[in-house]
Amino acid sequence: MALRIGVPKETVAGEKRVATVPDVVAKLVKLGFRVAVESGAGDAANFADDTYRAAGAEVLGTATELWAASDIVFKVRPPTPAEVALMREGGMLIGFVWPAQNPELMQLLAAKKATVLAIDALPRQLSRAQKMDALTSMAGVSGYRAVIEAANAFGRFFNGQVTAAGKIPPAKVFIAGAGVAGLAAIGTAANLGAIVRANDTRAEVADQVVSLGGEFVKVDYEEEGAGGGGYAKVMSEGFQAAQRAMYAQQASDADIIITTALIPGKPAPRLITAEMVQSMKPGSVIVDMAAEQGGNCELTVPGEAVVRHGVTIVGYTDLASRLAKQSSTLYATNLLRVTEELCKAKDGAVNVNFEDDAIRGLTVLRSGEVTWPPPPIKLPAPPPKPAGAAAVPVASKGHGHGAGEPMSAKSLAIVFGVGAVLFGLVGLYAPASFLSHFTVFVLACFVGYMVVWNVTPSLHTPLMSVTNAISSIIAIGALIQVAPPLTGSTVDRPNALILGLAVFSLVLTAINMFGGFAVTRRMLAMFRK
Amino acid sequence: MTASLATVAYIGATILFILSLGGLSNPETARRGNVLGIIGMAIAVLATVLGPRVTPGGYAWIVGALVVGGSIGLYAARTVQMTQMPELVALMHSLVGLAACLVGFASYVDTSTVFPTPAEKTIHEIEIYIGILIGAITFSGSVIAFGKLSGRIGGKPMLLPARHWINLLGLLVVIWFGRVFLNAHDIPSGITPLIVMTVVSLLFGVHMVMAIGGADMPVVVSMLNSYSGWAAAATGFMLSNDLLIVTGALVGSSGAILSYIMCRAMNRNFVSVIAGGFGTGGGAPAAAGAAGQPAGEVAPVSAAETAEMLREAKNVIIVPGYGMAVAQAQHTVYEITKLLRERGVNVRFGIHPVAGRMPGHMNVLLAEAKVPYDIVLEMDEINADFPGTDVSMVIGANDIVNPAAQDDPTSPIAGMPVLEVWKARTSIVMKRSMASGYAGVDNPLFYKDNNRMLFGDAKKMLDEVLVALKA
Repeated sequence: MALRIGVPKETVAGEKRVATVPDVVAKLVKLGFRVAVESGAGDAANFADDTYRAAGAEVLGTATELWAASDIVFKVRPPTPAEVALMREGGMLIGFVWPAQNPELMQLLAAKKATVLAIDALPRQLSRAQKMDALTSMAGVSGYRAVIEAANAFGRFFNGQVTAAGKIPPAKVFIAGAGVAGLAAIGTAANLGAIVRANDTRAEVADQVVSLGGEFVKVDYEEEGAGGGGYAKVMSEGFQAAQRAMYAQQASDADIIITTALIPGKPAPRLITAEMVQSMKPGSVIVDMAAEQGGNCELTVPGEAVVRHGVTIVGYTDLASRLAKQSSTLYATNLLRVTEELCKAKDGAVNVNFEDDAIRGLTVLRSGEVTWPPPPIKLPAPPPKPAGAAAVPVASKGHGHGAGEPMSAKSLAIVFGVGAVLFGLVGLYAPASFLSHFTVFVLACFVGYMVVWNVTPSLHTPLMSVTNAISSIIAIGALIQVAPPLTGSTVDRPNALILGLAVFSLVLTAINMFGGFAVTRRMLAMFRK
Repeated sequence: MTASLATVAYIGATILFILSLGGLSNPETARRGNVLGIIGMAIAVLATVLGPRVTPGGYAWIVGALVVGGSIGLYAARTVQMTQMPELVALMHSLVGLAACLVGFASYVDTSTVFPTPAEKTIHEIEIYIGILIGAITFSGSVIAFGKLSGRIGGKPMLLPARHWINLLGLLVVIWFGRVFLNAHDIPSGITPLIVMTVVSLLFGVHMVMAIGGADMPVVVSMLNSYSGWAAAATGFMLSNDLLIVTGALVGSSGAILSYIMCRAMNRNFVSVIAGGFGTGGGAPAAAGAAGQPAGEVAPVSAAETAEMLREAKNVIIVPGYGMAVAQAQHTVYEITKLLRERGVNVRFGIHPVAGRMPGHMNVLLAEAKVPYDIVLEMDEINADFPGTDVSMVIGANDIVNPAAQDDPTSPIAGMPVLEVWKARTSIVMKRSMASGYAGVDNPLFYKDNNRMLFGDAKKMLDEVLVALKA
């Protein structure tokens, strides 16, 4: 018997999102489930009941009916006690739960013998969990919306323009925290044409900031800020002082500040003090995305936009919900991915497989038994370091003279030493006739060296084929053996053999000579602008 | 023509050769450079034939040999496909090597040469010995290289046990027979050590190239290019001919510099390339070190989605590799490039120095497909531009775009300069499968969030992309 997935209307005031959308309903049906939606659940996100029906869902009139009829309930916000009361005994719930912050809720759900998958408890370090990561998708939507809110409250253009009426400078946006939300904000603000600067305690995100069109501002203090699981950690006092100085400087310069700094399980760090707000230009905007956790700005009022010292401080805690259609679609897709993992057989039944690290992490209650926090994920043991492997690249580095760096004094001395000994030997033993050839040879090597370094890399193949053609100059050796004017003791000269060898090598070099030049010509003719 | 006139003609030819190489500094002057080389060669050959060291009795033979060889050469040059250039070049190197050997033997058995002092005779014999040695290594090495490049011999390095000792033994044998050769009183007793040495050198050449993996082929091809030059120079010493010495030295140093550039592009030193095998220095190459194997999911895309991304991009960088040559996809690449450029997309190409199987291989292929050379850029020129790029498309390349070379100090390719395609907003890698490159190193690029994989034959996939773009 196929299980029924139920999607109630969100009950928290102002919440516009819905846990599934018509497109996803069709896919859930394909997985073998039956889907029920509370009437009006998608209204706030512009999904009408009829579109759900068209996608294959039943529409039930009331929440009570829906909760009673559903084996599995998809939700966005954590359920209220009233909702838990409606829940079927031994039912299943998938949505945001925040088990650490909501111990009472956990107790209520446990009493219902419920199985609960908290989408916020997803082990984010698993790369295959990314498709289920609702925190990331919601953060991305919020980051985008934060810029839109800022633009709404800001009295000027974002992009610089030169108009007939004069020049307009671009807005300067400073973004504190380059996590998912921060990066989305950077990209959005940069696309609107603003000058974007960003900071994060984790230095490794600098590249990502730059890749989205932002500029990374460093704190002038050495400390590594990655706290595991992709989150930041609390920094030392010295770092914080340096950071404050940097924020103060950015605040006085920026038109718009968007703060996204969060540390898991802790109140949001106070980055923007009242003095910093005072130092900002009138008409500036601060969007505090950490408002729900107390705010990064001292003057933030969670859930409201207020004006302090001429600066609009936006503390909305429902940024994702303000873009309800987009965030619902993304959230619904995340839940679909979770469902796919739960229902690998595509038969409309679920299997909460605790061998699967992602499912294990998500599950905070199994049939009423608390399974949160999950045991740490056993990452595959790193392969034992092969004894020689590490040493090899290091050793070879000593020899290779890297890109253009001058030879070390030691190797230079060795080269000169060896050269001197060789030249000494030649000078001592070689006859005069050899020396004149030797002079020519050494000089020619140097000429070759100078000339070839000037060859552009794109012409290296023609260079090889032309040098190849030129090296058929060896034909001269063969030519003078074909029919030389004989002077010395010619009695036992094997004329026929020499002639044969010479003519044969002449044929070989001729192939090279004609072929080499011709193919070079053909290649060079192809190079065009 | 007198001896002096011939010598002056040789000087003229030398200058023309130098100018010929100098012309290659820029595609505009390169064509003229090639013509100068042809003139130089013609002058050198004519001056020799008409000079005092060739009697009219040999004219018929010479003309005959030149006509036969020349027609073969011209035919090969006209019919060769640009993807086969590495093979052709390797084959031609082998001809130079063989010719050097033959000239050496002919010179040795020639009794008509007169030496004023015994020391000069010894020097002459050393020159013959060394000339044949280099010629033989060049010959057999190039034949094997040709076999590997044309796929007649497998690309995997063949590593004999104790191969370094075998090489050392070969060297000792060569030195020992060198002594025997120099001490020989007459030609029949000297010819045996000479032949033994030739056989040993031939085997050495085979063994040397057999031990080198496919990805190191650019180094080998340029190294053999260098050897063919040194063989010509050694022949020049043997025959006391300055033109041969100068030309040989030019070619030799050219090849040596190319080998050096190639080695630097792979962050490997010359000796370790020649010593053979990739990553054989320590353990199995598959062990990517303590930092852990890159793992995770790759995100495949379809040709239609690729076309979509390309259509929406403003800046595109295409990074071609050997896979493009194998699939003969350069023409389709150009069609796509042309289409995108007509729509105002800034399309450029990033070429890694060791992309392909010989230096500059990719440039020639793209030139053949009529890609204008001013949008084909070298790694150093384009690497800084990846962060501002919307889509970077990797066609049949792997190791040259591997971020592990920068991030993972324990990776076998650590320190090798690579094209930083992952810094683009999206990178698309076209590959037949998830198999690793020649270095046998897994590529963390494939698992990056902003990377997409387009699986399939490069030509077929690009054709589909082209169709989707036109639609």
